[in-house]
Amino acid sequence: METKKTKGYLDMQLLRFTTAGSVDDGKSTLIGRLLYDSKSIFEDQLEAVEEASRSRGNEEVNLALLTDGLRAEREQGITIDVAYRYFATPKRKFIIADTPGHIQYTRNMVTGASTADLAVILVDARHGIMEQTIRHSYIASLLAIKEVVVCVNKMDLVDFSKEVFDKIVGDYKRMSANLDLGHVEFIPISAKLGDNVVEASKNMDWYGGKPLLEYLETVELPEEAQDRLRLPVQYVIRPISDKFPDFRGYAGRLAEGSIKVGDKVKTYPSELTSEITGIYLGEQSLDKAVSGQSVDLTLKDDIDISRGDVIVSVDGVQPMLEQDFELNVCWFRNTPLVCGKRYVIRHAAQETIGIVKEIEYKIDINSQTEQYGADKLVMNDIARVHLKTASPLIADLYKDNRTMGSLIFIDADSNDTLGAGMIVG
Amino acid sequence: MSEHLTHLKELEAESIFILREVAAQFERPCILFSGGKDSIVLTYLAYKAFYPAKMPFPLVHIDTGHNFPETITYRDELVKKLGADLIVGSVQKSIDEGKVKEETGYDASRNKLQTVTLLDTLAEYKFDAACGGARRDEEKARAKERIFSHRDEFGQWNPKNQRPELWDIYNAKKAPGEHFRVFPISNWTEMDVWQYIYQENIPLPSLYYTHKRKCFLRDGQWLAAEPDIIKRRPEETVVEKEVRCRTIGDVTCTGLTLSHAHSIEDIIDEIASSRVTERGGRADDKRSETSMEDRKKQGYF
Repeated sequence: METKKTKGYLDMQLLRFTTAGSVDDGKSTLIGRLLYDSKSIFEDQLEAVEEASRSRGNEEVNLALLTDGLRAEREQGITIDVAYRYFATPKRKFIIADTPGHIQYTRNMVTGASTADLAVILVDARHGIMEQTIRHSYIASLLAIKEVVVCVNKMDLVDFSKEVFDKIVGDYKRMSANLDLGHVEFIPISAKLGDNVVEASKNMDWYGGKPLLEYLETVELPEEAQDRLRLPVQYVIRPISDKFPDFRGYAGRLAEGSIKVGDKVKTYPSELTSEITGIYLGEQSLDKAVSGQSVDLTLKDDIDISRGDVIVSVDGVQPMLEQDFELNVCWFRNTPLVCGKRYVIRHAAQETIGIVKEIEYKIDINSQTEQYGADKLVMNDIARVHLKTASPLIADLYKDNRTMGSLIFIDADSNDTLGAGMIVG
Repeated sequence: MSEHLTHLKELEAESIFILREVAAQFERPCILFSGGKDSIVLTYLAYKAFYPAKMPFPLVHIDTGHNFPETITYRDELVKKLGADLIVGSVQKSIDEGKVKEETGYDASRNKLQTVTLLDTLAEYKFDAACGGARRDEEKARAKERIFSHRDEFGQWNPKNQRPELWDIYNAKKAPGEHFRVFPISNWTEMDVWQYIYQENIPLPSLYYTHKRKCFLRDGQWLAAEPDIIKRRPEETVVEKEVRCRTIGDVTCTGLTLSHAHSIEDIIDEIASSRVTERGGRADDKRSETSMEDRKKQGYF
């Protein structure tokens, strides 16, 4: 009888990462290689790709075809939107946000990076650090991704040269010196041949580090400070049933910190204090809950709490309750951002109206220089702006907490999501 | 990393968060219930998200009339157990009313027809959001779909012009007549779903476990001869086999797998060593390389 695999698979960790690079950097090939070599590709998927490769006249199986989803992309041979890929090894489960690297698609990179713990940035060994490498790195820092892996790809085309790799590492460090990046790891690879992707390269014995997959399996993400609590209330659960006539539960996902029954808490915007009397997850009653968990909790005192309110710790840093914010904004649509126009602002479970009072400067992400005097923002622009909201938002700085520090701009006419903002002050 | 959630706890928390956003942001949401394991897990998550209150969405089942009876039995028991409301949209009724035309021939299926019944049912009950159990790992087109996926007034998805979706901020704003499809388990894989069923001890329709059934082979795929719905070619002979379903649609598009899996643990082991994707058994995906994308544009689940 085969050993049951069930139990070992139940308590793995999830790592979400984003990949950035242009078509020519071999990003789709790298993802195809990760899926293929980690045996996450099934026979029927491989057959479909083999057939598609043949009908296109490719001699070898084109692993890039595994990840290029929509019809238009297959026809043009490029990835045009964010696609999510899933694979698992016995050590971890992975979600890849696969985003294109073309200049006009900054917005897609920002989208992919918004949910990622780690960013993989590809560099073509023949070309070295390009403008777009810096652009990808800038976005990783803007979105506060704490871990970056720079994969120097196509090492097979530069004779697996240590000198080429070392020069690129040096160039990258120099060119990214001004960026607020966390830890950066450099790995020389050949996605096409598989060197240092899943298996250690036999062609580059001078490289002492881990292959990419092993690195992704073992990288420790920075620990979150646990000295404060943030629970944005999404929904109030009131059964009003015979069995639960007076039950009033505040449902939400812990954006930061942990809670246990008996903890003293404070609610915003009312700034009243109370005590946690129960923590529930479905029919289960919990003693405690940690960051990332969706719970439903009850409080000792009957205070008025509704969607959009935030439950926080009594001690520790308190959230801002403000109507004026400094934001980094990335604009996504052809409809420009115009100062003085009213936008719907969504922030955690809150919604209000907001007006951009001033565009302080646009950021040229290739040169990372500030351009003053802009009166509107267009698609793919990144800028520092001053936002005023109709009602106060309960917020934190984006660098301290993604959920409490991020917001989106919605067009009141078309209902479309037009841009994203990160609170910097 | 002191207290990291396991992947199942994290996925569960994300899905519950999404379901609560649906309840908070829409007027009349529903859950599309197919009787398959994904919509079963989704229903249990919804139960969990709002307990001890009743889940604020009815289940909507689009009934092709070509069901396995086990699916219907299971559905009715589940609705009773979780105290949910059930609405059934009938493809037969759409055919009788002349809104759709039944396919003929050996490969006839009502799979395509159910899109019309679905859109009519959503309109009849004025649903503004329909939650489905689709996962991004299932298929290439789904890998790019948003969690809150906008549909125009004709129920169509526009893959070229999806709304940006960042962090965990979901924008449910829409014009009258438009609606959303929401996919709370987008980020789950087939394996995650099975592990969760195991961990939470969720009962499943008996079809998922190996049983004896009369079937026949077509293009390398076993299909059900009982209930006797699929029209067989003269050379397609009926034999009894030990089979189970890896996914459940209606009878015409549900492939059967030869299997000896009698428990969830057996199934997880079988999937862990499987070499074919679960949709590999679905006839509807094989019609063309981009068939899912084509169906989705028309308003398919």
